[in-house]
Amino acid sequence: MAGLPKLAALITGLALSLIAYFILAEGVPPLLAQGPASFLLGWRWDSRAGEFGMLSMLAGTLWVTAGAMLVGAPLGLACALLLSEVLTAPAAAVLRPAVELLGAIPSVVFGFLGLLTLVPLIRTGLGGPGFSVLAASLVVGVMILPTVTLMAHAALCAVPRSYREASRALGAGQWQTMRMILLPAARPGIVAGLVLAAGRAVGETMAVLMVAGNALEPANCPLDPVRTLTATMALELGYATGRHRGALFSAGAILLGLSLGVTGLARLAGRPRAGEPD
Amino acid sequence: MRTRCRHLSLVALTLALLAAACRLPDPRMTITVAGSTSILPFVEYLAELYSDQNRAVRVAVQGGGSTAGLQAVLAGAADLAMSSRPLVAAEARQLQPVIMAWDALAVVVHRSNPVSGLSSAEVRRIFAGEVRDWSRVGGRPGPITLISREDGSGTRQVFEDRVMGPSPTAQRSLVLDANGAVREVVAADPAAIGYLSLGLIDERLRPIAVDGQLPTAAAVLSGHYRLVRPFLLVTGADPRREVGGFVAFLLSPAAQSVLAAEGLVPAAPAEGSR
Repeated sequence: MAGLPKLAALITGLALSLIAYFILAEGVPPLLAQGPASFLLGWRWDSRAGEFGMLSMLAGTLWVTAGAMLVGAPLGLACALLLSEVLTAPAAAVLRPAVELLGAIPSVVFGFLGLLTLVPLIRTGLGGPGFSVLAASLVVGVMILPTVTLMAHAALCAVPRSYREASRALGAGQWQTMRMILLPAARPGIVAGLVLAAGRAVGETMAVLMVAGNALEPANCPLDPVRTLTATMALELGYATGRHRGALFSAGAILLGLSLGVTGLARLAGRPRAGEPD
Repeated sequence: MRTRCRHLSLVALTLALLAAACRLPDPRMTITVAGSTSILPFVEYLAELYSDQNRAVRVAVQGGGSTAGLQAVLAGAADLAMSSRPLVAAEARQLQPVIMAWDALAVVVHRSNPVSGLSSAEVRRIFAGEVRDWSRVGGRPGPITLISREDGSGTRQVFEDRVMGPSPTAQRSLVLDANGAVREVVAADPAAIGYLSLGLIDERLRPIAVDGQLPTAAAVLSGHYRLVRPFLLVTGADPRREVGGFVAFLLSPAAQSVLAAEGLVPAAPAEGSR
């Protein structure tokens, strides 16, 4: 019965190739027809005028991804260290499922909570319309927390016990051991987790759409609204025809390239460097 | 080998049964309606009333947007399209539109905003991003938060046609993807200005007078309020008899009074109400 798993694998691979093929077949010709330079480097996106430059949305995606990493990476790493090094087993047995559960919450729920709580808080507390890079970063930062935490935790758990014992025997404190021994030893796994989390942040659509404001003007500060690539596709695909539709597929092709690139980076980072123990 | 055959035949049998289930004939006549999500809630509600009265007919109402609905009728996949935008020439040649009701677009601000009226030129300059502070149009000093709809939305199309003309909507305006979302945001933000269907306004926000006209049913009917769009029912060239019956019901005084109660302006007002 080895045929069945093979068939399943074939279907999975086929699905991926079909998606890639479809998006590239729809997205690349309009990209080439318009000229990749004006598409990638144009600031103006206006379907009424037939102008499709996506630099402002690319910048928006980078804003939100960077902001989410600033929020999610330190918190996730701290959680992972807490889980593997500090907490007693019963406490960790509560925290770990809680973090896992966070990953199971649908993104529209995160978006809704952000819309109801964060957006008014930012508007009244910090100024601006509330719909902002900051709101999107906080929401997506919490959403990528499980990825960062669980990957880093797995990497830390894989560091041999003898490293910790040797470090403590040499007189290093707990914090010194974490910083100088454990984090460097677990680096490949931690970095792989961070890159995967960044990939998730790039692709997140619904929650960002609800709290980012989606203004096309490029954001200058974290309190400005912002439009991401995914939000544009979700907002406009339902109506788009002709060149507009082609431009949205081109945006999809670029998004696909971006996430494939990020996943490739994660695989590279996950490999130990030459000379390091694996 | 034998077990595999048995498994495969089991799968095949299941699929065949599923396919057969899809083909089970419904004894009732089905009318398929598709199109604008702005019109959808009204027609959905009336379709329920209609099905209660006519047990022999089932009305299936779907969204998808005006364009998708018109395409579905052209392709024969739907009997009736709901459109919140006028037909383009190519569509008008093959389809028959009838006006179900009029919907006014209201320009709305937060309840606490002291601005009660603007000229259409002022609204245009605000949404074009030329006027950025409320103090310049008689409001409390502070930046204006623009709320617009997504590119391609019927609501935005009408707003841009009637108010914006050739000037593009400012890139800095927030873009929300539904009438309801615009309502919630304007209701919460004292600095916001947006536009949405008159029927969806509640007491948390205030429609402002444009060129001295508040959006009311009377002003729409008399033609004084210009931010108006028709809600169209569109059939193919030769609709089935049952479809005609449903359209006649939607235009009947009973259905039209339901629409009026929901905040739309009836296409065919009952005698004496004018």
